[in-house]
Amino acid sequence: MDVLDLARWQFAITTVYHFLFVPITLGLSWLVAGMQTAWVRTGNEKWLRATKFWGKIFLINFAMGVVTGIVQEFQFGMNWSDYSRFVGDIFGAPLAVEGLLAFFLESTFLGLWIFGWDRLPKGLHLATIWLASLGTMLSAYFILAANSWMQHPVGYELNPVTNRAELNDFGAVLTQNTAVVAFFHTMSASFMVAGSLVAGISIWLLVKDRGVDVARSSLKVGLITTLVASVFVVVSGDIDAKIMTEQQPMKMASAEALYETSQPADFSLLTIGTLDGSEEVFSITVPKLLSFLATGDWNGEVQGINNLNEEYALTYASTGLDNFAPNIPLTYWTFRLMMGVGMLAALYALWALWAYRGERRPRSVWAARIGILLPLLPLAAISFGWIFTEVGRQPWIVFGLMTTADGVSVVVGSASVWISMIGFTLLYAVLAVVEVGLIVRTVRQGPPEAVIDPFVDREADTPLTISY
Amino acid sequence: MELTTVWFILIAVLWIGYFVLEGFDFGVGMLLPVVGRSEAERRAMVTTLGPLWDGNEVWVLVAGGATFAAFPEWYATLFSGFYLPLFLILVALILRGVAFEYRSKRSDGSWRARWDAAIVFGSAVPALLWGVAFANIVRGVPLAEIDGNVEYDGGFFNLLNPFALLGGLTFVAIFMTHGAIFLSLKTSGTIRDRAHQVGIRTGAVAAVLAVAFLIWAQLAHTDKVWTWIPVLLAAVAWVGALVMHLKRSEGWAFTLSGVTIGLAVVALFGMLFPYVMPNINGGDPALTTTNASSTEYTLTIMTWVAVVFVPIVLGYQAWSYWVFRKRLSAEDIVDPEKGVLDEVPA
Repeated sequence: MDVLDLARWQFAITTVYHFLFVPITLGLSWLVAGMQTAWVRTGNEKWLRATKFWGKIFLINFAMGVVTGIVQEFQFGMNWSDYSRFVGDIFGAPLAVEGLLAFFLESTFLGLWIFGWDRLPKGLHLATIWLASLGTMLSAYFILAANSWMQHPVGYELNPVTNRAELNDFGAVLTQNTAVVAFFHTMSASFMVAGSLVAGISIWLLVKDRGVDVARSSLKVGLITTLVASVFVVVSGDIDAKIMTEQQPMKMASAEALYETSQPADFSLLTIGTLDGSEEVFSITVPKLLSFLATGDWNGEVQGINNLNEEYALTYASTGLDNFAPNIPLTYWTFRLMMGVGMLAALYALWALWAYRGERRPRSVWAARIGILLPLLPLAAISFGWIFTEVGRQPWIVFGLMTTADGVSVVVGSASVWISMIGFTLLYAVLAVVEVGLIVRTVRQGPPEAVIDPFVDREADTPLTISY
Repeated sequence: MELTTVWFILIAVLWIGYFVLEGFDFGVGMLLPVVGRSEAERRAMVTTLGPLWDGNEVWVLVAGGATFAAFPEWYATLFSGFYLPLFLILVALILRGVAFEYRSKRSDGSWRARWDAAIVFGSAVPALLWGVAFANIVRGVPLAEIDGNVEYDGGFFNLLNPFALLGGLTFVAIFMTHGAIFLSLKTSGTIRDRAHQVGIRTGAVAAVLAVAFLIWAQLAHTDKVWTWIPVLLAAVAWVGALVMHLKRSEGWAFTLSGVTIGLAVVALFGMLFPYVMPNINGGDPALTTTNASSTEYTLTIMTWVAVVFVPIVLGYQAWSYWVFRKRLSAEDIVDPEKGVLDEVPA
């Protein structure tokens, strides 16, 4: 493998891994904040125990999100320094603002939340978790604005002297439709992930008859969150698909492996074809569906890979490329798996909401036990979605402006990238085992039996209730 | 003042924030096995950092992000050039952060011993390597023009020269002392006493190393005269910090050791200016605040964001320090051997 391939693998490994923890943080922080609010407002101790229990899981996960996030901030410069030079004027700004507005907010107020149970007044302590949640959400917005600029560059002009992209409208970068839709799509998908995590673990607790009152209420919270979020995921995803068709038609063509421009275009649920995906052997298709997904019109025209390649070879002649299509099998399958796996999660949530209504439980133990796998579905879906988005943009690192091959660091040798890639991968593998182990322990412990209200009978000299 | 100069100063401010705050985290981490002889002591030590370390670490993320935004060429050349040291720093910071959060979750002795080792490693390595990196930047590195870009043109071992290693050791000794002073300020009982003793010794070592390092830098790697001022003031502040530490005026000692770190960074950035990455052979190619910077437009937006939000951040971060101002002692840790995730029903 050459340096380019290694650097791409490294980015893929570190980013996909980082993004296993991020959506959980993005969604679960709000759910924990909601539970604590329910306790503060109703005084029902059940919600305090729920807050403590889910808070513990949230924090175990949050730590991993934080530490793997540091790599993200550094690796643009380390492995992608020519990219950094080219886009720094634009891409650096949201990244810096993210740090200043979001990271400080979430880290400081989460510290206050964790250790403030016996120091802060009740209302103020509640405010800290809301502020931390707001921080995580702001962070999502700025990083998605930066990423959206790579998908669809706006608010810039090319400086022919320095050969750099220069910002001339920061507002456009922050408010373009690509960014706004990506934000809603990612946030709602993250709520699906967090909702499913809460629901799946609650189902397990119910199967084990542990902390039943907390599990019952949490299950309802988790399932409803998952379902409501899934509606937003579908709506934002639908808008996203249409924007993508307009801005990156090649990505839409690659999602279906559509080689020739078609009107109407069908959507295949699955295809068995040759390895490069260029010839199909067997497939199940829904007529006209791709036209609808891409254009909103059942008879809309969808451009094909070959036609786009001809067009791009002229438009982007300076790149010297003749193939502007990404890895087709990868885009084809990740696109379907994203939608399929996500829908499966929503369907299970719908069934579970019915099966667990009132004080009921499903008759089949196995139907319940499968529920513990529920969190994996939206988590997988959101990963597939990002792999699709990023792979689908290839060969571009910034669509239409810079190819990925041109973005890689020229002074970093393959030995260096090998070392860091192996290092990160091993470290991440070990930490994954540790992290999952701790979450499993937390779940097996179950919600605390009884929690003393930390805000009454406080004395100045009581020993610490919270310590590391 | 030129916006590029403003941003050069702001980047220095971010690094000052990082080293003053994360500096004591590193110090406490390195001293964990030295000062913390019992499980209760070690837990109390980690708890002094518990609510603060993550917020402290954000300073480096913002320093990195701001460098990317304000000086893309600097960010690109520095981060690709110093690849392996940065990789090691990342590994260390990952291990350290997770270790803080996970070490006391279980009572298992080998579990805790391993995370403690991770805390020591994760604190010592970044302290050393940030020193090595900054010393190299001030000293100048081999730079070459490749495809119109100024690129680092030396290997990994090029970075391990005597001046840089002295810089690294200076950072380690200063942060260790800063951490010891922080512990004296934030704890009571045996930890406080032991940290006091350790701080005296490391403080003396740090004084020798820092004086040697800064004078070497001043004599060999700059022709500016005014940077003598922060160098000398840093020396005075350090002496003051140690005197206050001896007198057990811990608040003053901590303030002055923070001031020392700040002044040392001012001196180093002062020696650097107007370069951000000087060429070791002098002259071009090299990166300066002007040829490495973003456009006026980007810098203007970033300046407004910084002007509005840096004070707000400083405000709430300072408030969180105030909330957790109470001293901790080993006796405050209830049931130190017990981990919150110990009991797992069958």
